[in-house]
Amino acid sequence: MPEASVGTRRLTIAEALREAIAEEMRRDPEVFLIGEDVGVEGGFGGAFGVYLGLPEEFGHERIIDTPISEKVIAGAAVGAAVMGMRPIADMQYSDFLFECMDELVNQAAKLRYMSGGKLSVPMVMRAPVGTTLRGAQHGQCPESYFVHVPGLKVVAPSDAYHAKGILKAAVRDPNPVLIFEHKLLYGSKGREAAGGLDLTAEVPDGDYTFPIGQAVVKREGRDVTIVATHVSLYRALAAAQELAADGIECEVIDPLTLQPLDGATIFGSVRRTGRLVIVHEDTLTGGWGAEVAARAADECLEYLEAPIKRVATRDAPAPAAPVLEEAIVPQARDVIATVRGLLA
Amino acid sequence: MLLIRRFEERVYRLFLEGEIPGTLHQYQGQEAVAVGVCDVLRRDDWITSTHRPHGHALAKGVTARAAMAELYGKATGCCKGKGGSMHLGDPAVGMLPAIAIVGGGNTVVTGLGLAMKLRRTEQVAACFFGDGASNEGAFHEGLNFAAVEQLPIVFVCENNLYGASTPYGRVSLVPDVAQRATAYGVPAQIVDGMDVLAVRAACAEAVASARAGGGPTLIECKTYRFTGHSRSDARGYRTREEEDEWSQRDPLVVIGARLDEAALAELESEVRAELDDAVEFARSSPQPDPAEALEDIYA
Repeated sequence: MPEASVGTRRLTIAEALREAIAEEMRRDPEVFLIGEDVGVEGGFGGAFGVYLGLPEEFGHERIIDTPISEKVIAGAAVGAAVMGMRPIADMQYSDFLFECMDELVNQAAKLRYMSGGKLSVPMVMRAPVGTTLRGAQHGQCPESYFVHVPGLKVVAPSDAYHAKGILKAAVRDPNPVLIFEHKLLYGSKGREAAGGLDLTAEVPDGDYTFPIGQAVVKREGRDVTIVATHVSLYRALAAAQELAADGIECEVIDPLTLQPLDGATIFGSVRRTGRLVIVHEDTLTGGWGAEVAARAADECLEYLEAPIKRVATRDAPAPAAPVLEEAIVPQARDVIATVRGLLA
Repeated sequence: MLLIRRFEERVYRLFLEGEIPGTLHQYQGQEAVAVGVCDVLRRDDWITSTHRPHGHALAKGVTARAAMAELYGKATGCCKGKGGSMHLGDPAVGMLPAIAIVGGGNTVVTGLGLAMKLRRTEQVAACFFGDGASNEGAFHEGLNFAAVEQLPIVFVCENNLYGASTPYGRVSLVPDVAQRATAYGVPAQIVDGMDVLAVRAACAEAVASARAGGGPTLIECKTYRFTGHSRSDARGYRTREEEDEWSQRDPLVVIGARLDEAALAELESEVRAELDDAVEFARSSPQPDPAEALEDIYA
């Protein structure tokens, strides 16, 4: 984390992302933004207000409002990227990515390979995730679909410092990068869901990037490794705090990048603690936690003192009713029960 | 055009003889479209292509050697053996690896056009697609966005009457794809896709307009593939009478009638030599190193 002496401010993720985009657009004239409702006068600056103020500075030639045509948003980003531009494409909800799976999976991920390495596709796709009382079609966490695709990079920042640094790194990366952000973490709304934790973070003044492919240890501990992203990360941290009162020390890791995974940090930790719990809001079966678990079994089986556990959303579409949603999405209490079970 | 025809005939034979792996979608009969369009494009203009890309590639400037070696799966192919028949292409000549998902190029081409517009380069992008693609959502999203943003794009529909085995009349109540362009405010023309000069004239106009900032045009070329959809297609869904009728309009015969016999004979002999050389090059080229399979995934 930055030292206070360079000058820092406390920012929300939305503010940090807005700064990242503005700075990258000032730095490089090839960077532009494309999506629905991103720059319309009197509009709302993207579905979650991240782009407010950008059209005034950069104009409508570089803040491009599209029709409601997700295939064209992704396809235009792919095409401009192969020409050497640096598009930042916006999906209002990550659920809409399924509208443009062809452009992402068949085109963005494969054009470099199909060309024998003659092309690259340096594009960014931003997509909000999160099961947040919006029901089955605005509440999915589809990161895992894309983790499966060779050629794509997948990142999932959970705080303002890393969100800004990773988005800037993604814009400069020569590959297609999908950046998944959680709807409850943009501002302060998620504070309650995060167990009352402060969701703002110190962000240094000036330019910095955070490397894609690097995890961070959010809390050190000797007894069990917990890997979690987004709101699940904050629930895991809340669980770790409560477990510490009983003398159980959890090491909580934010992987930040899901493809390529930082195996050195994650599995290095598992070798020390001998226990692994993965927590995510994506559904259980085939979720990215399954990949982390498989690799842990492959790379650190002899260090494991207990079975690998996944605490994930139950295999069901996201329901709308609060009671139903809470019944299937992992809560801090689920993490606590799982960790206690491993140490019993 | 002759090079494309003879290339395809040679490739078909080599495929049956087991020298070329994979599958083939051949271009015989449609040569006037690729040549008429690419002839008015600059080298730094771009094209997107389809699962039937051999003709587009040769017309845009991929050499017979590089194309043949790619079909052979050799390291010297234009895509180092990683693309194959359905992904022929070469950015160096302004051709994306061909996109073999029907309609796939129709959204990606808008990005090519957007980059050209934002950079004010006066380049143009041409998007080849078939009648079948006009029923994909990508066709509609791409066309509408190109219109709204006035992108420098020529959408070239090769209407060869069948999407694989399905007659276009069975899947569209609107007989002409061009009619769909008007719905998006895009000017459209229907041309005889068997007449290279007609295709060329229509495309020249569309390209000039796009280069001058006049936005996209759709050109529908009525054409016919003389072979099956892919190499295993016995063409049971269309009549031999229909095939005979179209073969009377063979684009090579149409344009050949304007050339004298001596010139044609010389052309044949040049093409034969070029293809002999291409086949020899492909045969003698090295296989890719197996380790190459894991290269070029990320930049």
